[in-house]
Amino acid sequence: MNSPVCEIKNLHIEYPIAIGTVRAVEDASLNLYPGKVLGLVGESGCGKSTLGLSLLNLVRPPGKVSKGSIIYKGQDILTLPGKKLLKLRGRNISMIFQNPLTSLNPLMKIKDQFYDTMIHHEPGLKKEAAMKRIEELVELLGIEKKRIHEFPHQLSGGMRQRIMIGLALIMKPDILIADEPTTSLDVIVEAGFIELLNQLRQTYNLSVMLISHNLGLVAEIAERVAVMYGGKIVEEGSAESIYSNPLHPYTLGLIQCIPNIKLENQHLFTMPGSPPDLVHPPPGCRFSPRCPKVMAQCRKELPPLIRKNEQKVACWLYRENR
Amino acid sequence: MGTGEKERKKNRVKFSPSGIAGILIRKIIGVHKKYGMEWWIMIAGIIIILFTVYMALFPETLSPFDPLDQNAGPQLSPPGPVNPLGTDNLSRDVLSRIIHGSRTILGIAFTAAVLASSIGITLGLLSGFAGGITDRILSLIMDSIYSFPGLILAITFAAMLGPGVINITLAVSVTYIPTYFRLVRGQTLSIKEEVYVEAAKAMGAGRAVILARYIFPNIIATVVVLFSMNIADAIITEAGLSYLGLGLPAGVPDWGMDIALGKRFLPSGSWWVITYPGLMVVILALGFTMLGEGLAELLNPRLIEK
Amino acid sequence: MKHVLKYIITRVILTIPMVFILLTFVFIILRIMPGDPVSAMLGAHAPEYVIQEKKEALGLNKPVYIQYVEYLAQLARFDFGESMIFKQKVSSPIIEKLPATIELGIFGMLFSLVIGIPPGAFAARKRRSLPDFGIRLYGNIVWCIPVYWLGLMLQLVFGIWLDIFPIAGRTGTKVFPSLFERTGFYLIDTLITGNITAFLDVLYHIFLPALTLGIYLSGVYIRLTRANMIDILKSDFILAARARGIPENKIVYNYALKNAFIPILTMMGLQFALLIGGAILTETTFSWPGMGRLLLERIYSRDYPTIQGIIVVFALGISMISLIVDIIYALVDPRIKY
Repeated sequence: MNSPVCEIKNLHIEYPIAIGTVRAVEDASLNLYPGKVLGLVGESGCGKSTLGLSLLNLVRPPGKVSKGSIIYKGQDILTLPGKKLLKLRGRNISMIFQNPLTSLNPLMKIKDQFYDTMIHHEPGLKKEAAMKRIEELVELLGIEKKRIHEFPHQLSGGMRQRIMIGLALIMKPDILIADEPTTSLDVIVEAGFIELLNQLRQTYNLSVMLISHNLGLVAEIAERVAVMYGGKIVEEGSAESIYSNPLHPYTLGLIQCIPNIKLENQHLFTMPGSPPDLVHPPPGCRFSPRCPKVMAQCRKELPPLIRKNEQKVACWLYRENR
Repeated sequence: MGTGEKERKKNRVKFSPSGIAGILIRKIIGVHKKYGMEWWIMIAGIIIILFTVYMALFPETLSPFDPLDQNAGPQLSPPGPVNPLGTDNLSRDVLSRIIHGSRTILGIAFTAAVLASSIGITLGLLSGFAGGITDRILSLIMDSIYSFPGLILAITFAAMLGPGVINITLAVSVTYIPTYFRLVRGQTLSIKEEVYVEAAKAMGAGRAVILARYIFPNIIATVVVLFSMNIADAIITEAGLSYLGLGLPAGVPDWGMDIALGKRFLPSGSWWVITYPGLMVVILALGFTMLGEGLAELLNPRLIEK
Repeated sequence: MKHVLKYIITRVILTIPMVFILLTFVFIILRIMPGDPVSAMLGAHAPEYVIQEKKEALGLNKPVYIQYVEYLAQLARFDFGESMIFKQKVSSPIIEKLPATIELGIFGMLFSLVIGIPPGAFAARKRRSLPDFGIRLYGNIVWCIPVYWLGLMLQLVFGIWLDIFPIAGRTGTKVFPSLFERTGFYLIDTLITGNITAFLDVLYHIFLPALTLGIYLSGVYIRLTRANMIDILKSDFILAARARGIPENKIVYNYALKNAFIPILTMMGLQFALLIGGAILTETTFSWPGMGRLLLERIYSRDYPTIQGIIVVFALGISMISLIVDIIYALVDPRIKY
């Protein structure tokens, strides 16, 4: 495997709030590879979006990274000075967000939103040259070029989503972070989106971090998958091995939650309980209160992330194989 | 199922006056550590208010002279040891006039706010609860009054009614009725749709019961905040009316009137005659504003979350 | 363009009920309120027949509903009637004084926008910091200052102690308005007649009253701007713009402020009542010959038809402004469908 374009090392993110500190992300380490898609999966509130934002050093205040580093091209993004960070955002690492309906400036024409981004990264760029590039990209995304003269509210949801992608890709970044990109779209638009993303990552040799609660969506596109629970990565491995042989009971539960239309007479699996309170997390394994295979040790000690076959897993069930 | 029930219990307001008072007190005392700045702002406001209330109730214990005494010192003498804040053109002691004037302004502003709130809240509850044509007409009228400049309204009323403490109180209070009406009506409309009110209706609770036990307790927090802000506003309006000479008969010590009387002596440099009463208006209004803002922050969970 | 026109026409038609209610309201205040204008005017000791004669002359002895219809019919012809005291039409002093108030109001508004909006945006950006606290405190204090007293204090400092600004009137003693007066808007009149000395003198005189009014209103704008900016800065498209590397200054003062301006504009329409109230009090402090002073003079002399006329003009003004604000709103926000 070639070398990673970005390495996240032992990342901790905290949110101080009135009643204590939320440990949104704890000791997360991940690598992103060019041309590959990494799926980051977990329930809402498990810290996956926060982790995504940290790659741009954009964790919403008062949240902050308390430990760890994110190495991109030999430098730590988290310690970059402000000006360099602004140059990096949108040019080297881009992000697309959950809600395309609210993620565009409602008072600006599409072309101006593109141009603002471009002129910031390429001072002195001619307007005509910029327009030409915008039109090309927009057509590649399957939108008529005349639509760039319109305001966001004049476009459909699917179109706005593609404009969002276009805004993220206009500077040809190395890394694209997609945070729940299809949650607010209908199934047909979602299928189109996946196809488009697949195409683009080959064209641009793009490294994608796909953040989603939907393991089914991730399965269709990602090479590697990391599963997060309660701010911690509980399992990581290649997509095939995770689907064919899930090790962590939580991953197993998630896979069982994917509805399968081929099975007749099926019971839709639901996981009992709710995500943990991250201010006062349960001692020991975060998943222990909901785990069907819970043991005495799980409630006392936090399991480390260990290598098991092709995968990494944090669960006391696999301790003897260490 | 168990959690659902617990949630509902948590969200429900206890429908008794002592319960409401308990919630208010617990909230105010319980949360001060988390919201340091807002808490201290509110305390400062309360101190200002309490001090002024003391001045209004027992002016004799503080004031060195009688407010009408025309022999308190030389005419228009600047602040000094005998007259700490100077004297006016009739040789009256400015400090004593300020202390006695607090009773007028505080009394009028408070009474006007009580009047406006009781009329506004009643109409707002009825309008929001009754709906239909009553609601439409009342809202249209209240919105029109609301859009009209309050001061001009008060000026016109005061001019029509003639001078007098009761008349000026009425003139001030009319201005604020629509504010209460709009707030209470809006909240009533949204609470009316809540599940627990629907449930109570389904179980056969009458209109009066629903108004008194479900809707009123839920709007009380916002009304308390508005009431405090309203007094601040009424203080400024009262001072404005008496500054324009529309409010009070001569002889009643009043801050606004003192500013109007002292205005003529400003060009000759007698700044103390108008500066101190004006400053008192600012401080007192600020006290009620600070109390209102503090209460808003403490009582409104949505604001706290920000 | 055709759509815009249609929208404007619809909006104008919608304004009519509001005007109607306000006019009715004015009528109710002045006619049905306790207190009899004629006896108040003639004094308590006037003989009964004199009072009756005067009432008949003014049409005040007719039933209230007939008075109401006559009142509306009169207004529909833009006729405000005759003054009770002075031998003049009600409209003539109003036409004379209105420009002075509009001029003061516009300048006060400009000052308040300049003093209010940038600090409000800055406070929202630096939320919960010391500057934010300071700006909010300023907003609260200014909100609590009686505007006439603020005017007096500014007069004391700038007019009396420092002696750099005049404290009364629209012009100095060496400038004669009769030489340039055309429309009543002195700044326009002096420019039309090319009288630069007079123009500067008028500007010099309007500075302190407009500043007073501006400071008074700035508190409201600081609050409005701050609250709206905080909301907008939390929205998704701001985060998305940040993720594209757009610099913070551009995000706050361009992206967010433009979006916050729409709700601010709506509120501005509602604050217009505040502007009128503030202008009246400022006028009394600075001896500014405008509508506020006219209203007070006529209240002291109990000239009821003129009082009624002035209030009607205010009511019409308010309806007009709310109409204009709505139209601007539609032009600024591309999302509004005509």
